[in-house]
Amino acid sequence: MEKTLTLPRRRGRALRAAFPVTIPVLTGFLCLGLAYGVLMQTKGYGPFWSVLASILTFGGSIQFVAITLLTAAFDPLQAFLLSVLVNARHMFYGLSLLEKYRGIGAVRPFLIFALCDETYSLVSSVEVPEGVEPRRFYFWISLLDYSYWVIGTALGGFLGSLLTFDTTGMDFVLTALFVVLFLEQWKKRENRAAGFTGLACAAAGLALAGPDNMVLAAMALILAALLGLRRRLDRREGETA
Amino acid sequence: MTLTPLQTICIIAAVAAGTQLTRWLPFCLFPENRQPPAVVLYLGRVLPPAMMGLLVVYCLKNVTWTAAPHGLPELLAIAAVALVHVWKGNVLLSIAGGTVLYMVLVQVVFA
Repeated sequence: MEKTLTLPRRRGRALRAAFPVTIPVLTGFLCLGLAYGVLMQTKGYGPFWSVLASILTFGGSIQFVAITLLTAAFDPLQAFLLSVLVNARHMFYGLSLLEKYRGIGAVRPFLIFALCDETYSLVSSVEVPEGVEPRRFYFWISLLDYSYWVIGTALGGFLGSLLTFDTTGMDFVLTALFVVLFLEQWKKRENRAAGFTGLACAAAGLALAGPDNMVLAAMALILAALLGLRRRLDRREGETA
Repeated sequence: MTLTPLQTICIIAAVAAGTQLTRWLPFCLFPENRQPPAVVLYLGRVLPPAMMGLLVVYCLKNVTWTAAPHGLPELLAIAAVALVHVWKGNVLLSIAGGTVLYMVLVQVVFA
């Protein structure tokens, strides 16, 4: 049965497996992308600029921050450094995907280019369904998430002002997604210590550094805690493996 | 538009370059053809659950806990997501249920 499947059908199978898991991201990115497109429009930057920024950057929070950079004195170096700091968490994502993205072929550069919070969360938490090639599954998740953001931005830039439905609170869909994926990680007993470490260190980072600088503080605390716990956690994982 | 088109392109390019640097750095430091150090592999295994915890807290970073409604809409909606998820185990149902509840809470109940 398996052998008779033609290439296009197997490709279709990966897409059909990937699409449902990206639906929460579809909702969240259309909303946030739309808000971004509208906000850029109100600052005098039409859809050409907002869509260009979304295609090249594909980074939710930094693009909102960059609006303030586009409406202040011209300072590209500051823009560059701020983007590195705001997105520093991507480095942790890359570290934990080294194995999954190893030897994955021609799609690899795109997977790295389009790595974001949501794609990382799905790729690292959702099991690849049986009979689906991992590289195709990861590729479709990455491409779908990327296109939702770009399409949302375009919608906001072109017709955001026509929108009458009250979407206040709809961006909670991404919070809910992270809560669910946290619980999925929590199901595995050996993940619990690290999961709790993440929650506690992030809360501490927020308390210490405040909402604008919490990510770097939290990352430093998480790194220190996980390295400190290595002897206990590494052994426990070795036992279950 | 505050900036000229050329300046705007420079800012967008700088933001894109900074963001892409954070995405490519780990993959450049530890290329495919070489085995990364054991400590990096260890971090790769334990970081996903930790980063999910970070992202949950990150989403709540702008909640004001000291003034009404004291983060109640967020906490109630997160509790709903968790309850539905433990009960039904359906990812989309948990997310949709929690989001609809949150929208009702912020638009109607705590408006």
